[in-house]
Amino acid sequence: MAAHVEGQQHPIGIYLKIWGLLFVLSTASYLVDYFHFQGYLRWFLILLFMLLKAGLIVAVFMHMLWERLALMYAILVPTVLLMVLLGIGALEADYTFLTRGVFFLKGLF
Amino acid sequence: MAQAVQTNTGQSLPLPEGIQGIVADWSSDQRAFKNVPWGKAMMWIFLLSDTFIFSCFLISYMTVRMSTTEPWPNPSEVFGLTLFGKSIPLLLIAIMTFVLISSSGTMAMAVKFGYEKNRKMTFILLLCTAALGATFVGMQAFEWTKLILHEGIRPWGNPLGAAQFGAAFFMITGFHGTHVSIGVIFLLITATKVIRGDLDHERPGFMTGRKGKYEIVEIMGLYWHFVDLVWVFIFAVFYLW
Repeated sequence: MAAHVEGQQHPIGIYLKIWGLLFVLSTASYLVDYFHFQGYLRWFLILLFMLLKAGLIVAVFMHMLWERLALMYAILVPTVLLMVLLGIGALEADYTFLTRGVFFLKGLF
Repeated sequence: MAQAVQTNTGQSLPLPEGIQGIVADWSSDQRAFKNVPWGKAMMWIFLLSDTFIFSCFLISYMTVRMSTTEPWPNPSEVFGLTLFGKSIPLLLIAIMTFVLISSSGTMAMAVKFGYEKNRKMTFILLLCTAALGATFVGMQAFEWTKLILHEGIRPWGNPLGAAQFGAAFFMITGFHGTHVSIGVIFLLITATKVIRGDLDHERPGFMTGRKGKYEIVEIMGLYWHFVDLVWVFIFAVFYLW
């Protein structure tokens, strides 16, 4: 490593490779819709391609892979809290769906 | 004449890595984010707050979609395009996805050439990024026009099914489109600074006394990649789900 490296310096090849990979993953997630996959297979594939793409963008394009752990954890760990909000939202939605069924759609339950 | 004590011994200790590094960085009684310009750390913290805003939208969308008793309009059909007499599902959205990913690719390379102080390449790549971003916003405007004028979708209801579809769609894609538009404006400002040589000559920027440095290209890049990142989530959970 040189004495005074300024900022993030990486060979251009890695950006081109990730770019290509993102194209492949986007095409794959589009094909999930094109071929009408349904049910859990569809959910699994959509979420898998989504997380892979997000991971590649954050890790390489946004250089998180090369940052010190102090920054990495400060930014990435708080997003885990969103899982709590997701869970609360799902519980609330189930309850709303149930009460709507009971009070507004007589005959559904 | 006062004599200064020489405190710089010319060598600094290597920073510890791993968990020890986290503890050392945070308890160092100095800035916590080492080897990172503060503008970049602040951009990351802004992006974290923006992540929470977009998550609120997407989780609210999940909540209304799960709780509605009416059928949700099928996005695959709503956003399909008819080309040469054949209807192709989600075609416009797929093209928009590729346009935005390409803009992320050119942005990443602009950052690389910026740190190499290659003024011309950085400028060209920043302009490509801005052009692709503007293309994306243009296609989104086309999509909105089609949905509002031809399909009759409104924030308070639509002829296809659950009334919440319009509210979720306009709120989420509208907020994202606003981010892209603001990004395009700032890309053009950054590109102008690069080609004028503001960063090479460390001229202070607009409304700031800070010296211009090529790190602003990377900070701009962080914002732009974030916009692409949000689109990855919108594409998956709104259009494909």
